[in-house]
Amino acid sequence: MEMPAPNPKVLSLKARLVERLHQVLPADAVIHEEAETRAYECDALTAYKCPPLCAVLPSSTQEVSDVLRICHDMGVPVVPRGAGTSLAGGALPTADSVILGVARMNEVLETDYDNRFVRVQTGRTNLSVTGAVEADGFFYAPDPSSQLACAIAGNIAMNSGGAHCLKYGVTTNNLLGVTMVMMDGTVVEIGGAHMDAGGYDLLGLICGSEGQLGVVTEATLRILPKPEGARPVLMGYDSNEVAGQVVSDIIKAGVLPVAIEFMDRPCIRATEAFAKAGYPDCEALLIVEVEGSDAEIDEQLGLITQIARKHNPVELRESTSAEESARIWLGRKSAFGAMGQINDYMCLDGTIPVSQLPYVLRRIGEMSREYGLDVGNVFHAGDGNMHPLILFDANKPGDLELCEAFGADILRLCVEVGGCLTGEHGVGIEKRDLMVDQFAPDDLDIQMAVKDVFDPKWLLNPAKVFPLAASEARRAA
Amino acid sequence: MMKPKTEAELAGMVGAASGPLHVFGGGTRPVGKPVTGEALSLADLSGIVDYEPGALTLVAKAGTPVAEIEAALAAEGQRLAFEPMDHRALLGTQGTPTIGGVVAANVSGPRRVSVGAARDSLLGVRFVDGSGRVLKNGGRVMKNVTGYDLVKLLAGSHGTLGVLSEVSFKVLPTPEAVRTLVVHGVTDVAALDAMTRAITSPFEVSGAAHLPGDDPRVLLRIEGFAGSVAYRAGQLTSLLADLGEISEIATPEDNAGLWRAVRDAEALKDRANVWRISMTPGAMVNGLLQALGDDARTYILDWAGGLCWLGADGGPEALHHRLQSLVADRAVNAGGGGHVTLVKGDAALRASVPVFQPEPAPIAALARGLREKFDPKGILNPGLMG
Ligand SMILES: Cc1cc2nc3c(=O)[nH]c(=O)nc-3n(C[C@H](O)[C@H](O)[C@H](O)COP(=O)(O)OP(=O)(O)OC[C@H]3O[C@@H](n4cnc5c(N)ncnc54)[C@H](O)[C@@H]3O)c2cc1C
Repeated sequence: MEMPAPNPKVLSLKARLVERLHQVLPADAVIHEEAETRAYECDALTAYKCPPLCAVLPSSTQEVSDVLRICHDMGVPVVPRGAGTSLAGGALPTADSVILGVARMNEVLETDYDNRFVRVQTGRTNLSVTGAVEADGFFYAPDPSSQLACAIAGNIAMNSGGAHCLKYGVTTNNLLGVTMVMMDGTVVEIGGAHMDAGGYDLLGLICGSEGQLGVVTEATLRILPKPEGARPVLMGYDSNEVAGQVVSDIIKAGVLPVAIEFMDRPCIRATEAFAKAGYPDCEALLIVEVEGSDAEIDEQLGLITQIARKHNPVELRESTSAEESARIWLGRKSAFGAMGQINDYMCLDGTIPVSQLPYVLRRIGEMSREYGLDVGNVFHAGDGNMHPLILFDANKPGDLELCEAFGADILRLCVEVGGCLTGEHGVGIEKRDLMVDQFAPDDLDIQMAVKDVFDPKWLLNPAKVFPLAASEARRAA
Repeated sequence: MMKPKTEAELAGMVGAASGPLHVFGGGTRPVGKPVTGEALSLADLSGIVDYEPGALTLVAKAGTPVAEIEAALAAEGQRLAFEPMDHRALLGTQGTPTIGGVVAANVSGPRRVSVGAARDSLLGVRFVDGSGRVLKNGGRVMKNVTGYDLVKLLAGSHGTLGVLSEVSFKVLPTPEAVRTLVVHGVTDVAALDAMTRAITSPFEVSGAAHLPGDDPRVLLRIEGFAGSVAYRAGQLTSLLADLGEISEIATPEDNAGLWRAVRDAEALKDRANVWRISMTPGAMVNGLLQALGDDARTYILDWAGGLCWLGADGGPEALHHRLQSLVADRAVNAGGGGHVTLVKGDAALRASVPVFQPEPAPIAALARGLREKFDPKGILNPGLMG
């Protein structure tokens, strides 16, 4: 992955920069010793590493503003960071950048059940937002698998999704307002606890902008009353086509499950060996979950199993207890870990129209043979968001490059069938150079024009999202 | 009047234009500052391009009539979940509402509280910017974070950032059953209580409105499978029993009519001027309506109290400024968020007041900056949004 050469002028300013940062932050919030900056050299895309010039850990919006004003003044790039769980290299530093981590900003600022919102500092982890309100019967809906670790900051920047977004939507559908600091230090409030924008929907624009438009320090989030209960059903089929048809039939029948998860044979086998959830050895496995009171769940599951039966499942297992539900979810929840036991893996995140599922799985199988690399598929079938996991050996020379080439081919296939490069992980550096496969030059130009407005000097989160060649003139200006 | 039949033709017209254009779809929603410019109608750029019921997605050209889309969806037992309002009754306009107009004004109805706004169902857009370039963003799949989300930005931009040529949506199944609980004889405060209890309960309501007046009542809509609807209606009835007498509306036709009236703010249609106010429900009832006191004139509440339609017949300038400053006043609205838009008013009034809630300087600067990038010639509905 090509990264721009560090700006020697910025590198030479390090001592002066550290001195100025110390004037606005406590000593322990400025990390500049080389041994210590290594802690920030990568996110969860660990194939790429680069220690930053220094890292800062501000504790308030004011401190964030002070830091940004200094960096703006000195022309130093800034990489915002939440918990560093990005799988796209979204928080990868450049050697001439300051990592601005919001991890110390993790307070709940306001809880209002009647008006159904919480206001939090964005360093707070996703799961602990729900943790703060669940005793009172509420939850925050977007639930990325990384929710124990990832921060609301990164969720907003990546517009993260989760298993339950078929019903509840992704981050952008649950975000009401933000406090954001612009690169020049100006603090702006966008949205609030009310619904919809009065003017342009800048909130919708900021969500998913990968830390390139401003640093988000506080967020107002929609919270919802917890459903009375939830229960899954597991079904196994002999072919991906049939499983795809079942998904489509369930949706057409008017049931709206909270989740429809799909696993293919390689993935089922890997998780069985690892987690022993008792999954059938079949071509395709579906887990469908519905919510409500017991009677409501029975009503919906009745309809779903009726559809499932019509397609001759090799297995159909309806949960009747919390224990059975946990067993059904066990394999799915350990899928990534299971694949990780076999080998190093790369997790892709393209989305396709649901109708293209069988074709795309067949093509991925063919490519897997051509590349000589194994791949398992686990994904959110209701919305077409696929997570092919390509296995490779990081210690074998050339394997990472081969894996990346295979991954790129899969993502191009997603675009070709009418889908997109990334459904929830973001572009980061990982898919940056593939953007030209999804967007025409003008489509990218208008997005970059948005960045021109928010960050005219192009200092925020450098070298992400846009192909370097496309952004070169702007970065140089 | 310009009336392109293809996207390419549209791009050619915008690219060649040197003066202001007045862009519209069906012309049924003349909201915003009046625009003087050559008329550009999208009505002929019409038709459903792609509809996959099993994937819950639909793509249509911007000038497609909303009614045509709703009919196509109904044939498959599906619908636009966000229930777009039809402005004709309220504004006394003629014409055919188009899907592009719905997007350009981000128009949502009562179901906004449970499924989100038009922008939340919108998956992708194609549009022509002010330089005449054909651009696309988003797509036709439900999950997509590839690049910046200009889909949201274009929704509600009233044709000032680009002329929409094609839009794609997530659609939802129409539930098997619907029922509305009516809580009778409630004051504003009791109505807020009823709506809040309902919407913070696990018994999912897909509409929560308050119609004050001689027969003040709260409407709570429940949709889903028949068994589930009956169960939730029972639970909600016990939850609200202490607030007033409760009756039920059970036929699909009665429910459709009732919620259409709420959606289209029919109660306000005889008022000369109508405002649309968005705040938190608490601030709306305990802050704004309290502060207005007897001046509250005619109004209804939707979105569990988060949306107020307010109408009046006289002294619109003063009332307009009063409403916009009340929403911005932290003593009335502690959280500070919210906005007031003048939806119905003659051209002279709309020309003389800030139709949309004035924004703080840094936000206004961003909006201006975006407009200059998307429309460097300043020709797309110039001045409409400020
Ligand atoms: C095992 C595993 C499972 C995962 N499962 C899912 C999943 O189910 N769904 C999903 O969507 N994602 C998933 N992810 C990806 C990742 O967790 C999400 O992208 C998450 O939102 C990142 O949050 P973070 O706080 O770790 O952000 P970081 O990794 O720190 O940063 C992510 C991006 O956000 C920007 N950013 C961070 N803080 C700010 C700020 N304050 N202001 C502006 N920009 C900022 C960064 O610059 C970067 O571009 C998974 C990751 C792992 C490792």
